[in-house]
Amino acid sequence: MHYIPNTDGDRIEMLQAIGLASVDELFSDIPAQVRINAPLKLPSAFSELELLEHARQLGAENANIDDYVCFRGAGAYDHFIPSVVKQIVSRAEFYTSYTPYQAEISQGTLQAIYEYQTLICQLTGMEVSNASMYDGASALAEAVLMSCRVTGRDRLLLSQTLHPEYRQVVKAYLQGISVEAVEIPYASGLTDLDWLKKELNDRVAAVVVQHPNFFGLLEEVDEISQIAHRVGALFVVSVDPISLGILQPPGTYEADIAVGEGQVLGNEMCFGGPYLGFFATRERFVRNMPGRLVGATTDSEGRRGFVLTLQTREQHIRRVKATSNICSNESLNALAAAVYLTALGKEGLRKVALLCLRKAHYAWRETAKLNGFSPLFSGTFFKEFSVNCPTSPPKINQVLLRQKIIGGLELKGSYPEHENGLLVCVTEKRTKEQIDEFVESLRKIGEEQ
Amino acid sequence: MREKLVFEISKKGRVGVSLPRCDVPEEEPERLIPERCLRKDLPLPELSEPEIIRHFTRLSQLNYAVDTGFYPLGSCTMKYNPRVNEEIASLPGLARLHPYQPEELCQGALRLMYELGEYLAQIGGMDAVTLQPAAGAHGELTGMLIIRAYFLSKGQKRHKVIIPDSAHGTNPASAALCGYQAVEVKSDKKGCVDIGELNKLVDDDVAAIMLTNPNTLGLFEGNILEIAAIVHRAGGLLYCDGANLNALLGVARPGDMGFDLLHFNLHKTFSTPHGGGGPGSGPLGVKKALAPFLPVPLVVKQGKRYLLNYNCLLSIGKVRSFYGNFGVLVKAYAYLLSLGSEGLRQVAENAVLNANYLMNRFKDHYHLPYDRICKHEFVLSGARQKKRGIRALDIAKRLIDYGFHPPTIYFPLIVNEALMIEPTETESRQTLDRFADALIKIAGEDVKTLKSAPHHTPVGRLDEAAAAREPNLRWKK
Repeated sequence: MHYIPNTDGDRIEMLQAIGLASVDELFSDIPAQVRINAPLKLPSAFSELELLEHARQLGAENANIDDYVCFRGAGAYDHFIPSVVKQIVSRAEFYTSYTPYQAEISQGTLQAIYEYQTLICQLTGMEVSNASMYDGASALAEAVLMSCRVTGRDRLLLSQTLHPEYRQVVKAYLQGISVEAVEIPYASGLTDLDWLKKELNDRVAAVVVQHPNFFGLLEEVDEISQIAHRVGALFVVSVDPISLGILQPPGTYEADIAVGEGQVLGNEMCFGGPYLGFFATRERFVRNMPGRLVGATTDSEGRRGFVLTLQTREQHIRRVKATSNICSNESLNALAAAVYLTALGKEGLRKVALLCLRKAHYAWRETAKLNGFSPLFSGTFFKEFSVNCPTSPPKINQVLLRQKIIGGLELKGSYPEHENGLLVCVTEKRTKEQIDEFVESLRKIGEEQ
Repeated sequence: MREKLVFEISKKGRVGVSLPRCDVPEEEPERLIPERCLRKDLPLPELSEPEIIRHFTRLSQLNYAVDTGFYPLGSCTMKYNPRVNEEIASLPGLARLHPYQPEELCQGALRLMYELGEYLAQIGGMDAVTLQPAAGAHGELTGMLIIRAYFLSKGQKRHKVIIPDSAHGTNPASAALCGYQAVEVKSDKKGCVDIGELNKLVDDDVAAIMLTNPNTLGLFEGNILEIAAIVHRAGGLLYCDGANLNALLGVARPGDMGFDLLHFNLHKTFSTPHGGGGPGSGPLGVKKALAPFLPVPLVVKQGKRYLLNYNCLLSIGKVRSFYGNFGVLVKAYAYLLSLGSEGLRQVAENAVLNANYLMNRFKDHYHLPYDRICKHEFVLSGARQKKRGIRALDIAKRLIDYGFHPPTIYFPLIVNEALMIEPTETESRQTLDRFADALIKIAGEDVKTLKSAPHHTPVGRLDEAAAAREPNLRWKK
């Protein structure tokens, strides 16, 4: 086995040094009736060559987005990743290093994460960011748990325009504790503010919305924030970081916790993970935050350095009273996000957001011209929009696939009321030519009806 | 070497990437979005590409890493990260997939997940596996939620989870997150669960016991069959924290010992890199009776086709979006195929041999609180050195001067001045000897040298108290 340096000779000498006759004796403390005597039912070892060939074959059974044109979003997005990102995260000094508990030999990771935290604050307009959570959905779940800790309240209002999987994750996280999550219905694709005003009371820990929401629409975040604060509830918002290239950041509309999916910041879609959840909040809540935090400090000679800090919140110190059970986070993905945000910078991120905005609107207008296709909602959107189709979306997507186009997400799965609804995503990677081809295909499908 | 922050390098007007021209009508954003929704300023840094590469490359050089040296970190299994895994995980056919692309266009990905689940079930002695949890602690939370759902389905509400005093901090934290009361069981003189104590604690309000086996002292819980009998007799379940599974690969299976649930740490046992703290992956295996409660979706095989099954009425739902850290799963899958069943056992044998060899070298120099055959790791105590005023922390920091990453220190909590050492199977005897020589030499060094260590790092010991007292968590102008 080429990952193991010990030779037969080494093993014999090492056993002699310990005073044992065989390797089996090392396992004599395991009861005989649970020791395995026959090899497990696993494949025989592949050589490196065979393994690569096998993996390529598996890969060939998947449609990858280099070969297909992707108009699907819904929580994972086909954005451009500059080469610098991959080059940096592929440095073994980053990816083969451990959690930076030993600060003196981890300044690279620690400083990069401190930069990541700052970049997330700059992007969201919030005061503090942690070092990352597992993904956008679990970050949201941790945000609602923190809302309950901060307010001492036991009821949550979750908008139905939140990503359906995010709602599922929040509810799973709440199963063991006595906190009730109630869904806010939507009207015209937006969180129903009349309902919210009626149901909101001082038992509510947080009002939780996504912005832009699952249908792609911009929520009335200013107003929701005010409504929530009137009864002392927190306003928790899940945002698309790319949209923050042009949209008001959560800090300006007084969000108390801003979370979101950081995949779009330089991480491959990778069939759903690894991604990262970002988590940012107000300074006064910092001791209630989940997850790792990196802080700046000095050494005995006054040199600036970075350390993991406020660790008394965390499981390895506080155990049963920790603010979260999280240990491993998504550090390398956060590094990718930091490199991405640095590479795009002030101008680049705005440009990407504008490209998404303009291309999505071009696609939307061209689609809306078609016979039988109409916008599902009239609200303002960013890079995703929902359309009502003249025929069943699965059929449409089947036809598109033949042209190597991955069409929009069929809304019916999570919103049965939108039988013919399709959620279309257009990022900066889509060219006018690709959009025209997509629309042309829809036109033909519409005419066949 | 001190490296400025990107914000300090930033100069107005610099750009780090070239983006395509807009090929659709260039409408003003104010026409598409109400002006009150648009941001006025985006305060991100401005750097050119060469500056970005130099900055982050220089940062990387401030890190210690598996590729540059030995990490004897107990309970962390910092083994070598095979390169072929990285190459495979970056193949476009495996990396560039949308999670919601149609099933017929991701059969390879689904097959990989299905097979990995089968292999893990086989290795752990479990009946069904979810790959969804993103890390070990996430697997624990998933397990706790499943245990809760299982008892609810039987009309029972149990409130307690028993956890040994030697357990990882995530165990009590995960139990608490799921609303359970964590009850501590003491270890006996041999470093294992005290059976007498356990008998007193177990009743019909106990939902489960969470055990790490081998435990965090690196010792196999020899009474595991009796523990299982005690807990099962009271209707409770056994949860195995799989952090230390490296010691058992192909040798013994938690499922055969009576464990009902087991999480796997793919970033420990199955060679995927730690990435400076993540991403990890914490698949959870369960016995048949618990399978209906697993998160959705599950990958199932129908004839020759692989499907995502969301139709599970009793499922706890989801613990994260999509299917898990797929990119990490790919690497673990590649690793398992590289090993095959024969290689798997060699991993455990060499990991345990390395640990015992190393432990043996320290016997005359450090206090060894549990002097018996260990599994993949062992715990020394710095108690003797403490008498001279030297703390475990000082020993750890001094090791850095010798080119080694320190071991895990002050854990497990039940050992005074603990130094927890895990060599893994991917280190050579020469490396182990060099490490042993250094640690033995340190045992005799003068207090001043140790207290001021490390001496050759970019920064010295940092003022952690000041960092916590007045947190500076982001750069400000």
